[in-house]
Amino acid sequence: MTVRTASDSTPTAQPASARELVLEVRDLSVSLRNADGLLPIVTDVSFSIAEGEAVALAGESGCGKSITASAIMGIAPDNAEISGTIILNGAAISGLPHRERRKLCGRHMGFIFQEPMTALHPTLTVGRQMTDTLRHNLGLSHAAATDRAAELLDRVGIPRAREILKGYVHELSGGMRQRVMIALAISCGPSLVIADEPTTALDVTIQAQVLDLLDEMRREFELAMLFITHDLELVGDFCDRAVVMYAGDVVERGRAADIVRSPAHPYARGLIDAMPRHGDQRARLTPIPGTVPPVGHWPQGCRFAPRCSRAGKKCTVRPPLAVHIRSDVRCWYPLKVGQ
Amino acid sequence: MLRYLLKRFLLILPTIFVPLIIVFLLLRLSPGDPAGMMLGDQATPEQIEALRTQLGLNEPIWVQFAIWLKGILTLDLGNSIFFREPVMEVIPRYVSVTVLLTIVALILAVAIGITMGLISAMHRNKPIDRGVVAMAVLGISLPEFWFALLLIFVFAVTLRWFPVAGYNPPSAGLIAFGATILLPAIALGVRQSALMTRMMRSSMLDVLNEPYITTARAQGLPERKVIGSYAMRTAAIPVVTVAGLAAGYMLGGAVAIEIIFALPGLGRMLVEAVSRRDYPLVEGGVLTISLILAVLNLVIDVIYAILDPRIRYQ
Repeated sequence: MTVRTASDSTPTAQPASARELVLEVRDLSVSLRNADGLLPIVTDVSFSIAEGEAVALAGESGCGKSITASAIMGIAPDNAEISGTIILNGAAISGLPHRERRKLCGRHMGFIFQEPMTALHPTLTVGRQMTDTLRHNLGLSHAAATDRAAELLDRVGIPRAREILKGYVHELSGGMRQRVMIALAISCGPSLVIADEPTTALDVTIQAQVLDLLDEMRREFELAMLFITHDLELVGDFCDRAVVMYAGDVVERGRAADIVRSPAHPYARGLIDAMPRHGDQRARLTPIPGTVPPVGHWPQGCRFAPRCSRAGKKCTVRPPLAVHIRSDVRCWYPLKVGQ
Repeated sequence: MLRYLLKRFLLILPTIFVPLIIVFLLLRLSPGDPAGMMLGDQATPEQIEALRTQLGLNEPIWVQFAIWLKGILTLDLGNSIFFREPVMEVIPRYVSVTVLLTIVALILAVAIGITMGLISAMHRNKPIDRGVVAMAVLGISLPEFWFALLLIFVFAVTLRWFPVAGYNPPSAGLIAFGATILLPAIALGVRQSALMTRMMRSSMLDVLNEPYITTARAQGLPERKVIGSYAMRTAAIPVVTVAGLAAGYMLGGAVAIEIIFALPGLGRMLVEAVSRRDYPLVEGGVLTISLILAVLNLVIDVIYAILDPRIRYQ
């Protein structure tokens, strides 16, 4: 069998339609510099997102999802060494100096954090946080920025917007805080929004509302959305395409619906089997044995092999990301459809 | 906010009265007699007894306390036994020196502490940071009186930039006032500035790890604004605590500095009044200090409530 190595020209790396690409990430690697030298965190991540498209970045905690997002955003820690190419709206931004990267934040890229309680300033009013952003990025006057902030809060479904603007974050419920966070992230009209587990910290009942809101915003403003999650069920409902990461590697990449229905990588299969399914009370959950190896202790060869039931002789060599039935898979023994 | 202020205000009363009662009792329990002090060695026991009766010292202690309490409520603290003039006229002369000294020292300490702490935090673990931290440790370890003498030796005796001691009120002109207040203010402020430097450094480092700082960056706000406004606002809160403690310490405990620089301040006045057994003046002095401290605490609480809106609701 000849292995076709997946590249950006393979169909699954690209969005299906011919819409304008907003974000292209090519061979993004992140290492952290510490006393012992460089510690690789993320290796050779490539994907792209088109206008109005939602792409999931899925995997367990510690797989490098969040650091990938902060590297794209340009807010990675100071000791992070980043290589590879990041293209935003057709322009390579990965080589830009720090100061220039910062200027893209807010205006071209919005970020929604996991914990709206700690991600919003505790002692500044909601209004001040929003108008600071609007005034700095769009050069609005104070009055215009306040009006715009009220409109935005109104748009994300916050009642009594003018009053909320004068209040503080601790006066709001979790769901309301996340709505404020969303309003803040989209306030300056970005083309890309990165949402880092935006519903993980919320009550289940609120989660659906916030997801609906994000979906609505994506459609209305044609946003390219990178949706970071560990919940593959959400991925199927909410995203067009998915990138599954394990221990800093992309292990499967393709259409979200395909991956959720019939994953080809044993890790993606494991993630799906480990999730409770609605309406199926007889099915037992199957946990993936073991845990994600800590950074710096990745196995040689396939990084998932020690936890994999299908591991074989070949797995001592790191598999390439190769085209398999419908998705790109980094596995020597990928699963067949329905397996 | 108004209700919060009122609540804080009512808490002032016990803060003032508890030290007053303690000082009142301690004075009368301690040996020594104001009448004997005033009349000197040659006085006969009859003369002393007559003066004691005149001063009301022969009344039972609770009667004396009641009389004195009534005096406070009518703003009459009696006459100083030593100065032979109303306490209410003696104290303001001394209070102004202490308050001015505290204000200058506090401004110096806060300015130095916040600047150095910020520089240190921004250059974490780099040579500048280590240098600042070493200076802060030195500053905290220096005894104030020793540092005061060092300042006098260098800047007053050797370089002759400042007078060795003495005091010019601000009415004598800003330069004359500054020349006499600057060295004592530095001597008094340096230790506090070292404490504030360390507090500012560690609280800034904590705040910089907060997610809302990452949010501010992700919103595209420039680093100047992220640090200067978003991080400063929360990082400054612990520094306000230290500044409040420092102000209290300076107002009540600047005795050594006042004596070394021959400043006619409240601390020195109190020490002298105690050694003269000048009961009314000691009590008046303690009342003044507790009042100032109580008001200071109120001011600090208000600053807290302004800096951190979450406090107002607790």
